[in-house]
Amino acid sequence: MLEVRNLKLYYRTLRGYVRAVDDVTFQVRDGELLGLAGESGCGKSTLGNGLVLLKPPMNFVGGEVQLDGEKLPIEDYERMRDYRFKKVSIIPQYAMDALNPTRKIGRYIEEILESRGINFESVRETLIERLRLVNLPERVLRMYPIELSGGMKQRMVMVISTLLNPSLLIADEVTSALDVSTQKAVCLMIRNFKELGIVKSIIFITHDISVLYQIADRIMIMYAGKIAEVGKTAQIIQNPLHPYTKMLLTSLPEVGVRYTERMLSGIPGQPPQLLEPPKGCRFKERCPLRDKVCDKDPPLVEIEEDHVAYCWKVKPNA
Amino acid sequence: MSEILFFALRNKKLKAGLSIVLFFVLLGLFGPLISKYKDPLEYVGPGYQPPSKDFWLGTTTFGQDVFTQLVYGIRSSFFVGLVGGGLATLIGLSIGFLAGYRGGLLDEMLMMLTNILLVIPTLALLIIIAAYLPYRGVLIQSIIIGFTAWPWTTRAVRAQTLSLKAREYVNLARISGRSTLKIIIYEIVPNMLSYVFMVFILQFGGAILAAVGLDFIGLGPTKGISLGLMMQNAVLWNAIQLGMWWWVIPPGLVITLIVGGLYFMNVGLDEVFNPRLREM
Amino acid sequence: MKKYLRTKILVYVLTFIFAVTIDWLIPRLMPGNPILVLVSRFSGLPESARVMYSYLTKAFGLDQPLWKQYFNFWIAFLKGDLGISIYLYPKPVLDVLKSALPYSLGILLPSILASWFAGNSIGALAARRRRLDSILLPIMYFINGAPYLWLGIILAYYFGVVLRWFPIAGAYSFGLRPHLSWLFVGNFLKHWILPFLSLFIVQLGGWAIGMRNMVIYELESNYSRFLETLGVKNSLIRKYAFRNAILPQITGLALQLGTVIAGQVTTEVVFSYPGIGYILTQAILNQDYFLIQGCFIFIIIGVLIANFTVDLVYVALDPRIRYSYGGEIS
Repeated sequence: MLEVRNLKLYYRTLRGYVRAVDDVTFQVRDGELLGLAGESGCGKSTLGNGLVLLKPPMNFVGGEVQLDGEKLPIEDYERMRDYRFKKVSIIPQYAMDALNPTRKIGRYIEEILESRGINFESVRETLIERLRLVNLPERVLRMYPIELSGGMKQRMVMVISTLLNPSLLIADEVTSALDVSTQKAVCLMIRNFKELGIVKSIIFITHDISVLYQIADRIMIMYAGKIAEVGKTAQIIQNPLHPYTKMLLTSLPEVGVRYTERMLSGIPGQPPQLLEPPKGCRFKERCPLRDKVCDKDPPLVEIEEDHVAYCWKVKPNA
Repeated sequence: MSEILFFALRNKKLKAGLSIVLFFVLLGLFGPLISKYKDPLEYVGPGYQPPSKDFWLGTTTFGQDVFTQLVYGIRSSFFVGLVGGGLATLIGLSIGFLAGYRGGLLDEMLMMLTNILLVIPTLALLIIIAAYLPYRGVLIQSIIIGFTAWPWTTRAVRAQTLSLKAREYVNLARISGRSTLKIIIYEIVPNMLSYVFMVFILQFGGAILAAVGLDFIGLGPTKGISLGLMMQNAVLWNAIQLGMWWWVIPPGLVITLIVGGLYFMNVGLDEVFNPRLREM
Repeated sequence: MKKYLRTKILVYVLTFIFAVTIDWLIPRLMPGNPILVLVSRFSGLPESARVMYSYLTKAFGLDQPLWKQYFNFWIAFLKGDLGISIYLYPKPVLDVLKSALPYSLGILLPSILASWFAGNSIGALAARRRRLDSILLPIMYFINGAPYLWLGIILAYYFGVVLRWFPIAGAYSFGLRPHLSWLFVGNFLKHWILPFLSLFIVQLGGWAIGMRNMVIYELESNYSRFLETLGVKNSLIRKYAFRNAILPQITGLALQLGTVIAGQVTTEVVFSYPGIGYILTQAILNQDYFLIQGCFIFIIIGVLIANFTVDLVYVALDPRIRYSYGGEIS
């Protein structure tokens, strides 16, 4: 179980701090796949990456992260080293070129394991089993990355990331580089890692809400560095309450259509600058329900069990 | 634009390199005016004189003033850099743009030519051309340097053009039926301006070095003076053996500082134009 | 891989044809009659002048149609006939060049290899130590900007004239004849060290800068980042980055070759070292056109051989080349 409290991750630039993740609190339960969605630049990727690899220009500003009841020292690059791979892993956005191009894959895995003090032979069987799980032939271990197709490379990265059964797996925009036909298969494979108990919980980051419908247990919507709304998948889809979520969903003509980003240009206006974000609700500039009260920080409103939104205009179900 | 200026003014490498180069530009411009002697080849005093009040950098074996030769030499070095480097940049750009933009058979032929010329050492080509010229001046030297130094620029520019060509605004311009030349001038060049400028700086330095090499092996200007010719004469008349450091060291030092300064400027500019390289 | 090498070989063959053609064409394009210029040098020796004139007319074959001249030029060339040197008359150009070649290679090859290894090590070191980097980098840029010959001059002046440690002219002392003995080898090395050092130092800057930039680039690449997310030791990340950064440095070896050879020519002049470069300069000063043309062809052939060697090494080391031209397995 992952618990994140008041996490702040800022980018340092010459002009000041960019507040990419600003005071974010949420949790992911064991056996759960949390979908994390939002426009590009909303901080979802920063959040996902920050939980594994936090280094400049990304800066830890405050907050606490607990994994399985233990504090996760994400702000300490060196101490965090022990937790990476073993406790927290990421399938990165750049999975297509995440492998060393000049090493055969088997040798590469061997060297990584050796560097973490793990004997390759002790995980060999697991490795072969996992390859089968994602439909890769065993001979890929004797190949160079260039001999693999894009989809194969991505599945290879999935196998490597989860090889040591980490508690938390972060999948960062895994579908964006794939064509529609393979998208679904990859999504189901990732969910399968959880079903089979290989990983306890998953954060699935995407800009395309529609892919979350089939695989997510809960969905969290981020906007401009803050959480807008969190709820069970059905709650979010059938009963979105935050104005941003509503517009995000209505701008999707039907389930399964990609390129949410382009669709989103249907919402008038631009996301705010995160260098000096406006006071109060960050969505107010584009919000049709805007009011004076929105100049103050929006409250957390619990609509029903598991379903919360940060908005002045949302009323709890009494 | 203001952002680029902001980073440019903060960049130490750019400032250091630019100061060095500017110093020598000024020395080349005003040196001949402050020098006591007007003709670098004139015999103005006794030979073998170490630096003194009368001869700031001493005299040659024959009694020519080394300082006067140096400042005139700087002039000709900058001239070669400007004309030779400029010409090489221009040719490299034109061929690179054309090959990258047109593609197809023309591209393949131009690139084959470029690849061939890339393999042949520039100096070898320069020698074979220059050796048969009965008369050589700084201008002719600059021109042949320009005509032999362009290939690497072509390759780089072609790659850049290919990536720009794929962008949407270029496509838009093409669909709207503008001519190739217009698209290149109005759409592609402005987007490559920073890059072109950096290429020019490198070509500028390269041309100066090429000229020094040519001068030194006896293919320099048949009239006048240059930094390479100074070194050629110094070595030919055993300035090293005779310990005449004031004659043999300064010309090379000046070239090293100018070219090193140019390279340094280039690294600075790269950091200014390329946000990824900026230090946080 | 085969396609990669085939393309390369095609370029090299074309380059060679191009170079020989240039060699043939330039004297015919240039203003003035080179034969008269050549013969005028023998004006004091009417006997030689007549021999030269008839030889040259035949050699240039100016009385024949152009295509035949070109054809004859190739035939002579393939037979190894590069003409006769005027400055070292009546030695054939090929013999002159053959005896000069070992001296050039003796400096060129060791200096290239040594500075490649040393420069790459310095660059890799600079890439991970900030302090060192900020001191080394400016020095390396200025070394890179220095004309080769000037560095030779500095070394000759300091070690040869001020300290008097090493001789600064020739490949061995005047009184000696080349033979295998400690005396000769020692003497030869004493003459060899300064030209070697000046070429070594001047190339160092470029390699160090290139390697530093490449290592930094590789350390910021995605595969390095992924390794970081797996919590592996820094030593493994550096090992991979170093190995991948060295690959472009190998191709750089081929690209750099032209500059180094040009530098070698001037360095040999500074030290009066009897290699191809020195011969070339003498040929230029004496307007010995056959010798100039011979030097040109020799340099081109050397560059082509070196390029091809570099290609073979590169193909052996980089799997991306081996597979990218052979088609992907999907």
